[in-house]
Amino acid sequence: MHKHLLSIDDLDVRDVEALFATAAEMHDVQNRSVKKLPALRGRTVVNLFFEDSTRTRSSFEIAGKWLSADVINVSAKGSSVSKGESLRDTVLTVAAMGVDGLVIRHGASGAAQQVSQWTDAVVVNAGDGMHEHPTQALLDAYTLQRRIGPLEDKHVVIVGDLTHSRVFRSNVLLLDKLGAHVTAVAPPTLMPAGVTAWSKDAGFSTSHDLDEVLPEADAVMMLRVQRERMSGGYFPSAREYTVGYGLTRERLALLRPDAPICHPGPMNRGLEIAADAADAAQSAVLDQVSAGVAIRMSVLYHLLAGEGSDQ
Amino acid sequence: MTDATNAFVLSGAAPLGEEPRDLYVADGVLVDEEPSGATRIDAAGLVALPGLVDLHTHLREPGREDAETVLTGSRAAALGGFTAVLAMANTSPVTDTAEAAERVFDLGRAAGLVDVQPVGAVTRGLEGVELAELGLMSRSRARVRVFSDDGRCVHDPRVMRRALEYVRAFGGVISQHSQDPDLAGPTACCHEGELSGRLGLPGWPGIAEETIVARDVMLARHTGSRVHVAHVSTAGSVEVLRWAKAQGIEVTAEVTPHHLMLTTDLVAGFDPVYKVNPPLRPDEDVAALRDALADGTIDAVATDHAPHARHDKEHAFVDAAFGMLGLESALSVVSEVMVQSGAMSWADVARVMSQAPARIAGLEGHGGALAVGQPANITLVDPDAVVVVDRDTSASLSRNNPWHERKLTGAVTHTFLRGVPTVENGELA
Amino acid sequence: MVPVHPVPDTPPAEAATLEGRTVLDARDISRALTRISHEILERNKGTEGLVLLGIPTRGVHLARRIAERISRVEGVDVPLGTLDITMYRDDLRQHPTRGPHRTEMPPGGVDGKVVVLVDDVLFSGRTVRAALDAMNDLGRPATVRLAVLVDRGHRELPIRADHVGKNLPSARSERVMVRVEEFDGHDEVSIASTTEEA
Repeated sequence: MHKHLLSIDDLDVRDVEALFATAAEMHDVQNRSVKKLPALRGRTVVNLFFEDSTRTRSSFEIAGKWLSADVINVSAKGSSVSKGESLRDTVLTVAAMGVDGLVIRHGASGAAQQVSQWTDAVVVNAGDGMHEHPTQALLDAYTLQRRIGPLEDKHVVIVGDLTHSRVFRSNVLLLDKLGAHVTAVAPPTLMPAGVTAWSKDAGFSTSHDLDEVLPEADAVMMLRVQRERMSGGYFPSAREYTVGYGLTRERLALLRPDAPICHPGPMNRGLEIAADAADAAQSAVLDQVSAGVAIRMSVLYHLLAGEGSDQ
Repeated sequence: MTDATNAFVLSGAAPLGEEPRDLYVADGVLVDEEPSGATRIDAAGLVALPGLVDLHTHLREPGREDAETVLTGSRAAALGGFTAVLAMANTSPVTDTAEAAERVFDLGRAAGLVDVQPVGAVTRGLEGVELAELGLMSRSRARVRVFSDDGRCVHDPRVMRRALEYVRAFGGVISQHSQDPDLAGPTACCHEGELSGRLGLPGWPGIAEETIVARDVMLARHTGSRVHVAHVSTAGSVEVLRWAKAQGIEVTAEVTPHHLMLTTDLVAGFDPVYKVNPPLRPDEDVAALRDALADGTIDAVATDHAPHARHDKEHAFVDAAFGMLGLESALSVVSEVMVQSGAMSWADVARVMSQAPARIAGLEGHGGALAVGQPANITLVDPDAVVVVDRDTSASLSRNNPWHERKLTGAVTHTFLRGVPTVENGELA
Repeated sequence: MVPVHPVPDTPPAEAATLEGRTVLDARDISRALTRISHEILERNKGTEGLVLLGIPTRGVHLARRIAERISRVEGVDVPLGTLDITMYRDDLRQHPTRGPHRTEMPPGGVDGKVVVLVDDVLFSGRTVRAALDAMNDLGRPATVRLAVLVDRGHRELPIRADHVGKNLPSARSERVMVRVEEFDGHDEVSIASTTEEA
C-alpha cells in the first residue's frame, strides 16, 4: 500500500479488499464492551482541519482512539492565508511536534497532496476542496457491499451537485475500480467541466433524467446540494431542484425495494432527499456512519501500524 | 574622443541571423568603421538582435521588495537580453500618479541596467471605477504611454471606452488584462476543461478572455483608438484578433513564453509554480498561439515576469499567488519553441521581441535596426547553446521558476545598453 | 447482511518443498489430539463452563477437532470461537502491516468461563501473551489454559502450556512446520534445519 491515502488512485483492488477485510473486523470491535485495540499505541495522529467538520473529525478521532493512538485535533480554520502564514509553515509547525499521521481536511483541491510533499508524516486526505474524499468513498462502497454483495457489474446511480463534490470524484474512481457501473445524474449546470470526455475515458454514464435511470439502479447515492448554488445561477430554486433531481416520495417508489439509499451527510431533508427516503428501510445512512469509523480504523491501521510504506 | 571603454567590435556577428559581419560600437551608437582602441568581442557563430524590449514585467517595487526590486529585476532583464522593460502598475502603492511613475522611473535610472519604462494604471487604485491621472502620468518625466490595470481587467465597458478615447490625445495605449470576473472569478485557477473537471479545481474558461477581447476590439473600432491585448492565451482570442486586424482595427497583442510552451497538464500535480493568470491551456491553444506569433496576428512576446516570495506560493493551489518568472529565460524559450522548429527566423524573433514591442510602447531608441547611427542596444545570442535552467542561479530575488531543469536551446551571451555592456559571456558585466 | 470475509491466507509456498523429517504423521496427530481432549475434560472435571478458542490460522482447525472429540465423548457441544491476535503483537512495527483474521466470540462469551486457548506451536510465548491481551479486551474469563500440539521450547516469556501434544526439543535455527488437512491438504508435523532449505 502507498505511504499516504491522498486519492482513491493510491489504492489498487487488493488494497481495497484488505481495507474492507480489516474494517469488517474493526466493526466487530465497536460492538464489544472494550472498544480498543492496542495496534497504534505510541503513535500520534493529528487531525489538522482547515474546514469545519464535526462528523468527519469525530469519526477519525474515535477511529484513532479505538486503536490506542494519541489523537490531537488542531483546528486551523482561519489561519494560513488570512494570517499571512503559508500552508507549508502551518503544516511544518504541527508536524514538528512529532506526528506520525496527519489527517488533513482543507477547502482547496490538491491540498493533501501538497502537504504530503512537505512532511515525513503519513498523510490521510479527509477531504480536499472539490477534489477527493477517499475514506468517504471507501465507507460508501463497503456499506453497499455489505448490503448488496460484490459491486462488480452492479449499477450505482449518483445524483447531485457533481461539479463541486469530492465525494462524487472519489466514488467514481472507486466504483469503477470495483467493476461497478456508475450513472451520474445532475442538471447540466452541475455537471463538471469536460464531463463528456471524462466520462468516456473513465467509463461512467451521465444523464439529466433521474426518473429514467432510477428503476435500473442497484443502489443510489444522493449528494448534498448547497442552497448557495442558487445564487451562483446553477439552478433557479430549491423546489425546482427537488422536482427535477430530488429523491422524492414518488421517486422512492421507482427505486427497487432492495436498492440501498446512501447519503454522505449532512442531509438537506426536503431538498435533495425526502424525509421518507432518508428514513426508509432501504436507507443505509446510519450504516454509513458506523462503517465510517470501521473504515477509518482500517485505514489508520494499515498506514500506521507497520514498519513503513512499500514505496 | 572615443572613450575606449565604450568602443567595441563585435566580430563575425550575424545580424538578425543573416550574413556574419563586424558590428562597430562607439559612444553609444553603431558606427561604420572600427573605432580605435576598441575591445574585440568574438561573436563568431552568434546572432545579433536589437536589444529586446519587454512590454510586460512586474518589478514589485514599491511594496514587495521581498519578491523583487527594480534593481534585481533589471539584472534579470539584462541577463535575458532586454534593454528596455515596461514595469506594470500593480505595485503597492499602485502606480496611478505622475509622482509614483517618476519614482519607478528614477529607480530604473539608478539601477542603470535596462531602461525601465513605467506603465500607469488605467483606473485609480486599479479599482476599475475612476480613471487615473493618465494625462499627468504621460506628461511626467516617466513619459508614460502604456496604461494597464494588469492583474485586473478593466471590466466596466463604459470605463474602458472612456479610457480608450482619453489616451488618444497623447498617443497612449491601453493594455488590457482580458478576464471577465463574472466568468472567471477570484478562485479561478486552472483552465476550465477536462482536467479541472476531473480534479475539482475552479475553472478559468477561455470565454472569460475571449468575450473581453471581442468587446475591446469593437470598442477600439468605435472610438478609433489603439488597444493592446496582454498575454493572449486561447485559440478563440486569436480568431478574434485575426478578424479584427482584417477589419483594420488598431489592435496589437502579446503572448508570454510560458503560454507558447507549457500546457495545463502540468497542473495535475497541484504545484503552484504552474499557477498563472491567464492559466496554462491545452495543446490546441498552444498550437494556435504559436501559429499566430509566426504569422503576425500576435505582434509581440512579453514575459509577464511575476516574481513571488516563496511563502506566497507555498499555499494550497487555489490560494497560492499567480505568476511565473520569465525575464531570464524568455529568449531561450522562444528560440527552443519557435526557431528550433523552423517556425520563425531570427529576424522574426527581432520583430516580436524588439521592434514590435518598442513600436507598441512608443519607445524611441529601442527596437531599431542594427544600422549605423542607431543607438547601440544590442543583444548577442548563441543559437546553439544548450541551457539547463537552474532556478537557484537566477538574478531574480524570487524562485518561482517553471523552467527549472528544462533543457532549452539558444541563450543570450551579451547585452549592450546604448553601447555599454550590461551582460558579458552570460554574466552581469 | 452479506459478510465481508477476511482475505484468506494462502499456505506458504515453500511448505510443499521443505526438506526435513516428519515428527508426527496424521495418526500421531490424531492420537495426540484425542489425549489432549481427554486431559482437558479430566482437568476440568467435565464440560461445565468450558470454552475453546483457536488462534488463527491452524489453531482454529485444531480447536474444532478437539471440540468434536469432546462432543463424541461427553455428548455435549463445547462452545467454540476464534481469537485473532494480529493487533496485539508486540512486533507490529518491525513488519509491514498485516491484515487481521477473524475473531469470533464463542456463543455465551468468555466472562467467567474456563477458556482453553488452542494453538499449533508454542515457541517464544509471544503469541500467547498477545492472546492473553486480546482476551482481556473480550471479557474476563475465570481461568485460562493453554493447549498446543507442539512445544518446541526456547521461551522468551514466563509462559507454559497446560496440555501438550508433543514436546519437541529443537535448535533455535531449526524450523518446525505444522500442517493441517483443512488448510494445507494433509496432517504433518516436521522439523528441518534451515541449512537444508533450497
